[in-house]
Amino acid sequence: MRRLAVIALPYLWLVALFLVPFLIVLKISLSDIAVAIPPYTPTLDLSEGWAGIRDFLAGLDFENFVFLTQDSLYWRAYLSSVWIALVSTLITLAVGYPIAYGMARAAPEWRPTLLMLVILPFWTSFLIRVYSWIGILSSEGLLNQVLMSVGVIDAPLTILNTTRAVYVGIVYTYLPFMILPIYATLEKMDESLLEAAEDLGCSKIQAFWLVTWPLSRGGVIAGCFLVFIPAIGEFVIPSLLGGSDTLMIGKVLWEEFFSNRDWPVASAVAIILLLILIIPIVLFQRNEQKAREQDG
Amino acid sequence: MRRFSWFNVTSLTLGFAFLYLPMVILVIYSFNASQLVTVWGGFSTRWYGELLRDEAFLDAAWVTIRVAVASSTLATVLGTLAAVVLVRMGRFPGRTLFSGMIYAPLVMPEVITGLSLLLLFIGIGLDRGILTVVLAHTTFSMCYVSVVVSSRLATFDRALEEAALDLGCTAAQAFRLVTLPIIAPAVISGWLLAFTLSLDDLVIASFTTGPSATTLPIKIFSSVRLGVSPQINALSTILIGFVTVGVIAASLATKRRAVLAERDQRAAERAEA
Repeated sequence: MRRLAVIALPYLWLVALFLVPFLIVLKISLSDIAVAIPPYTPTLDLSEGWAGIRDFLAGLDFENFVFLTQDSLYWRAYLSSVWIALVSTLITLAVGYPIAYGMARAAPEWRPTLLMLVILPFWTSFLIRVYSWIGILSSEGLLNQVLMSVGVIDAPLTILNTTRAVYVGIVYTYLPFMILPIYATLEKMDESLLEAAEDLGCSKIQAFWLVTWPLSRGGVIAGCFLVFIPAIGEFVIPSLLGGSDTLMIGKVLWEEFFSNRDWPVASAVAIILLLILIIPIVLFQRNEQKAREQDG
Repeated sequence: MRRFSWFNVTSLTLGFAFLYLPMVILVIYSFNASQLVTVWGGFSTRWYGELLRDEAFLDAAWVTIRVAVASSTLATVLGTLAAVVLVRMGRFPGRTLFSGMIYAPLVMPEVITGLSLLLLFIGIGLDRGILTVVLAHTTFSMCYVSVVVSSRLATFDRALEEAALDLGCTAAQAFRLVTLPIIAPAVISGWLLAFTLSLDDLVIASFTTGPSATTLPIKIFSSVRLGVSPQINALSTILIGFVTVGVIAASLATKRRAVLAERDQRAAERAEA
């Protein structure tokens, strides 16, 4: 009896506040927009019994999804979200790998401190970390001031309110997600393997590509997914740092809902976004499972 | 023999400069006397004064703290229960759905979570305000709590619990007297994680709140959209200060506990010998 209560409490909570809302989104994505409150039709009317349910089901269709494929704004937004997420993931890898490598090769008594320094930004507000770049990247911002006083450039660079600033924002905020898994694999690595490689005539660079890099691949793949998956649906970064030409689907969904008040289309946008995300999520879980099997 | 490597030192220096410089600059400019955020006009604390006199910010801060305390506490209770269900309850009908519902919110884009909860609240006619934000935050942060707690529960030695049961404890007593104290650090970090997630959340709160309950991130977002403001720099500095002090205190406490545990163990070994 008590066992049932322990299971039921979190179970029912999640059904009521996760599963049911999700089904509502699915349902509204199949509805039509209407000038009413709530602004869509049909609504399920259980008081009419079976007839109500039949009318309700008859009113559903895939019109919104057809609309999404016809209006180029949406598929361009999906494509550009995936592209921006992909490019920023690769930049994050290029920035994060040397940091993780340096941490794993630092003296053991330094490692806990370095680790804490990487984790600390996690606890700091995401919004504030994105905001901190506005003052740096704006046309009269610090970066331009420094570059102009050094004489690298004559006229200020336009970075803020372009897609470039979005890359900077994503790399900056998601960097710890990349560093931590790579660090975890590099730290476990047996360094005598490198000595063996060098004894056998490898140069340091060859030893890195033939020994270290393949051994850290699990961490690299995990880190890339941990950056790529949340970056696709990102809203805060493109809306604060991006410009009007930065198309990202999270922003489109937000505007569809709050500005256009088109709930059915917003819901359809959400459903497609989820379908796109399923692929990397499944691949990520496979990778994690493989890593666990290798450990065990 | 560890070799000193210029490459490692350079990459660490540049890497941590990249991670920390933006925040350091933010803190420095919060003490800027000038209204122009990119020109240094001398040292001043005037923006802190203006911030503390700004009713709207204070209201938002108060709403945020109440939401964070309520939702993280609820999420810790529900998340710990969920972890117990995941690790201890074995098979039961609907287990796959349950673990799916625990892990899905972790990868769900915030815009979708927010949208779906808003549609639910409108569907059942619940007025949007503090209550709805608390419900929303509890739902997604309980999943984080349950992941943290279940990884601790999975490595927990069940023999301890069985011993308590043999000695006459009921299952509930054994959980309260044996299991809970041992997993307490994980439960506490779960609470802290839930608290920070709630404090930090903009997207889900924007969807699920009403005009009566503006949280701090929503307030920050709407003023930041108009550009950099020295008042937001001051507010950010205060928040960064809290986090830094909190994290350092937590890590010192962990270290102290480790030292004490080691001393106890040495004493025990000496007593044995």
